[in-house]
Amino acid sequence: MDITTPDTQEPHPAPRPPAPGRKHTATRPGDRIFLGLSRGAGILLLVIMAAIAAFLAYRASLAITKDHGNFLTTLEWNTGVTPPVFGIAVLAFGTVVSSVIAMVLAVPVAVAIALFLTHYAPRKVSGPIAYVIDLLAAVPSIVYGLWGALVLVPNLNGLFGWLDTYLGWTGVFSWDGGAPRSMLTVGILLAIMILPIITNVSREVFRQVPRMHEEAALALGATRWEVVRMAVLPFGRSGVVSASMLGLGRALGETMAVATVLSPDFLIHGSLLNPGGGTFAQNIASKFSEASEFGRDALIASGLVLFVITLLVNGAARMIIARRKEYSGANA
Amino acid sequence: MAKRIDVSGLTAYYGSHKAIEDISMTVEPRSVTAFIGPSGCGKSTFLRTLNRMHEVTPGGRVEGKVLLDDEDLYGAGVDPVAVRREVGMVFQRPNPFPTMSIFDNVAAGLRLNGDHRKSELNDIVERSLKGANLWNEVKDRLNKPGSGLSGGQQQRLCIARAIAVEPKVLLMDEPCSALDPISTLAIEDLIGELKERFTIVIVTHNMQQAARVSDRTAFFNLAGVGQPGKLIEIDETERIFSNPSVQATEDYISGRFG
Amino acid sequence: MSTAAVTDKRSTLRGATLPRWSPWAIAAGSVAVAIGIGAAAGLHSHVQWGLIAALLFVLATYGIAARVEGRRQAKDRVATSLVWVAFLLAVVPLVSLIWVTVQRGVKVLDFYFLSHSMGVVADSQPGGGIYHAILGSLEQVGLATLLGAPIGVLTAVYLVEYGRGRLARAVTFFVDVMTGIPSIVAGLFILSLMLILDMQPFGFAGSLALAILMMPVVVRSTEEMLKLVPNELREASLALGVPKWRTILKVVLPTSLGGITTGVMLAIARIAGETAPVLLLVFGNRFINANPFDGAQASLPLYIYQQYGAGAEPAYDRAWAASLALIAFVMILNLVARGIARWKSPR
Repeated sequence: MDITTPDTQEPHPAPRPPAPGRKHTATRPGDRIFLGLSRGAGILLLVIMAAIAAFLAYRASLAITKDHGNFLTTLEWNTGVTPPVFGIAVLAFGTVVSSVIAMVLAVPVAVAIALFLTHYAPRKVSGPIAYVIDLLAAVPSIVYGLWGALVLVPNLNGLFGWLDTYLGWTGVFSWDGGAPRSMLTVGILLAIMILPIITNVSREVFRQVPRMHEEAALALGATRWEVVRMAVLPFGRSGVVSASMLGLGRALGETMAVATVLSPDFLIHGSLLNPGGGTFAQNIASKFSEASEFGRDALIASGLVLFVITLLVNGAARMIIARRKEYSGANA
Repeated sequence: MAKRIDVSGLTAYYGSHKAIEDISMTVEPRSVTAFIGPSGCGKSTFLRTLNRMHEVTPGGRVEGKVLLDDEDLYGAGVDPVAVRREVGMVFQRPNPFPTMSIFDNVAAGLRLNGDHRKSELNDIVERSLKGANLWNEVKDRLNKPGSGLSGGQQQRLCIARAIAVEPKVLLMDEPCSALDPISTLAIEDLIGELKERFTIVIVTHNMQQAARVSDRTAFFNLAGVGQPGKLIEIDETERIFSNPSVQATEDYISGRFG
Repeated sequence: MSTAAVTDKRSTLRGATLPRWSPWAIAAGSVAVAIGIGAAAGLHSHVQWGLIAALLFVLATYGIAARVEGRRQAKDRVATSLVWVAFLLAVVPLVSLIWVTVQRGVKVLDFYFLSHSMGVVADSQPGGGIYHAILGSLEQVGLATLLGAPIGVLTAVYLVEYGRGRLARAVTFFVDVMTGIPSIVAGLFILSLMLILDMQPFGFAGSLALAILMMPVVVRSTEEMLKLVPNELREASLALGVPKWRTILKVVLPTSLGGITTGVMLAIARIAGETAPVLLLVFGNRFINANPFDGAQASLPLYIYQQYGAGAEPAYDRAWAASLALIAFVMILNLVARGIARWKSPR
């Protein structure tokens, strides 16, 4: 954008009134107003971000200071009693476990589908399928939740029984026959939900693999799989990682789908198949309507933790994408 | 171990578009054959039919025969992957694998077969890089990425990668068009050395280059836009450039069109 | 030196190849054997039969191909079959989702359903409808769009046309961060404001949270579109002595209008399906409340959640029907948006 007029250097990205700067070369009132408006919008965004952090932290502090347990390690959530005792350990565990299950299931399948669409499927088929998967990414999460609760859950009995029979000895897959509304169910549903997003981003990345790299591999006498391994996957690796992070961010913060399929309790279970546990977002949605004002502050405190976790995950994804840009610049 | 190529009645399509029509020629082993002709005359397409790379392009298909020492590349049961190991290729723009080191780039083709010992691999990589006149420039940084080299060095790296698997034929698709004159000269010298061991086919836009490096030259032309390209004539390079038998060839070479 | 070219007269080009029908044959064989094993061992779940068949298929493919064609080809074939299996595996739940929603949704989805509220119907009874929910959703999403879209577009204009220095970098970074905010966190933010101001749930509070979720999406897509406008166009206008702000308003924005519209519509489609912030801030309502600034309102996604929670068969029917309506709305937005993008794309 070399046509822009020299802009004033902002000393701080801190919020300031959207009035236009003083030493501007844009002298026309129209220009000043327009610049003021658009910069004001940008600043407003920063203000909102700062406000989210500030207000959540403020309300959270109201709750945490009165907490008679350890906020990070306590295994209960009793906000209605005096003195209140609550902690996020169960929620953190459940959120991480369900998201990890979702990633383990979704990423390989998504990568395979992306490869299928870009390198295996006939072109006539791959176009429409990609379009449909694109649309599926837009299906609201509450619909996934409804489907998960009414269709997926009843169909998991067989799988759970099978896992219990053959892998029950590990403890992780033991099942005492309760309704299959457990962490594994949540993980499977989250995997199905984030599959379209990861697939779409990965497909874009694989499509951008330069033809000449693939031809180089082909000309060496590589089979299709060897072309994928030599040229496609190395090129797309960081893209797949950032796509996965995007999916992970979704899985961590997903509320309704988890709230509909999980039958929660406030315990850390060794088995993935027995119902129970909880996630940050699900816990907020489930406990909210019965919570007192103090209870809501406690839920806000748990939301703040979720906020920080998603910020870290997204920050990591951005850094990977930034590194990737440097990489591709080298062989331009 | 170089092999002869016999093409007869070869026609190639992109979907319903006929790109080249009814081409027949013989390429002698241990020699350099140059393809020249105006843009769009199908010489690159024809080159790509010689190692079955044409069919990689969506809609690409081929009719006719290409015999590699009496065996039809397009015969029933022939594995295109095996064809491409016998007939190596160097592309217009240098295309080393960006995520691999120089060593790994040269070893890439060998590793596909898997059963090479480390010392053997080292030997072959060194020999190939020497064969591509690149060894002295890169021997101290074999583990650096191949994309860090200059354009001319990258192209020689690609040649080293292609000859490492000991193909019988080496196809070169305008290998110098993206390079500066000095790098071009280096590649041309290299071609002169490589023809001792390989059958070489080179597509070039540069007629001086064809005259300098090739033993035989084939001239391709097309009747008009949208028409398929055809082989006009193939002969000793000297004859093509001094006394061609077809008027169109002379017109092209003397710069009257194209 | 490769010793492949030994003296034998055998072709090096013609490896032994499995016939083209072999994958189908192996698949059929695996299924047959799996059924045999399943029946013999008395396994009841058909999922187990399917898993056994899939496992047999992959193993048999590798084994047969490795013997006939060699290890490299075998790997290639296994990779191909795994990619296909992954695709089919993923298609099953996604197809089921759409199929079940349509199949169960059409049961009660009719004009009566669209034009009535839940005012006089208990959750356990049949009847009732989603009129109040549609009304609430439209108002909340509409207000959110009125807030979010202009701010998003203006921010994008700032970043592309004026953006330099630390402020622009900070905005870019935080837009990225904002994209990843879980919707329930946006809801909690507005909730904390409401707790401070001691307010009860109302529709516009939901709109505020939805606007926060919408802004970064609009900024990103608009930015992409503005970057596509060629610089020559701007320079041509500036060279005619047109002030910069008029250049942006009269040249840059109209050129990318199609793309910006598409981005805004996709963002609307995204927030229309958000449930969590609406649950916290708007609360839901069985009755028609047309005023988004006063009192609890209903909303379509929240309606689905609450009908599901009611736990009765007629309520499930209503939940499916509402899901179908919501999906239809989102899909139509998506399709129209993509249509506009294709039709208006700068060529």
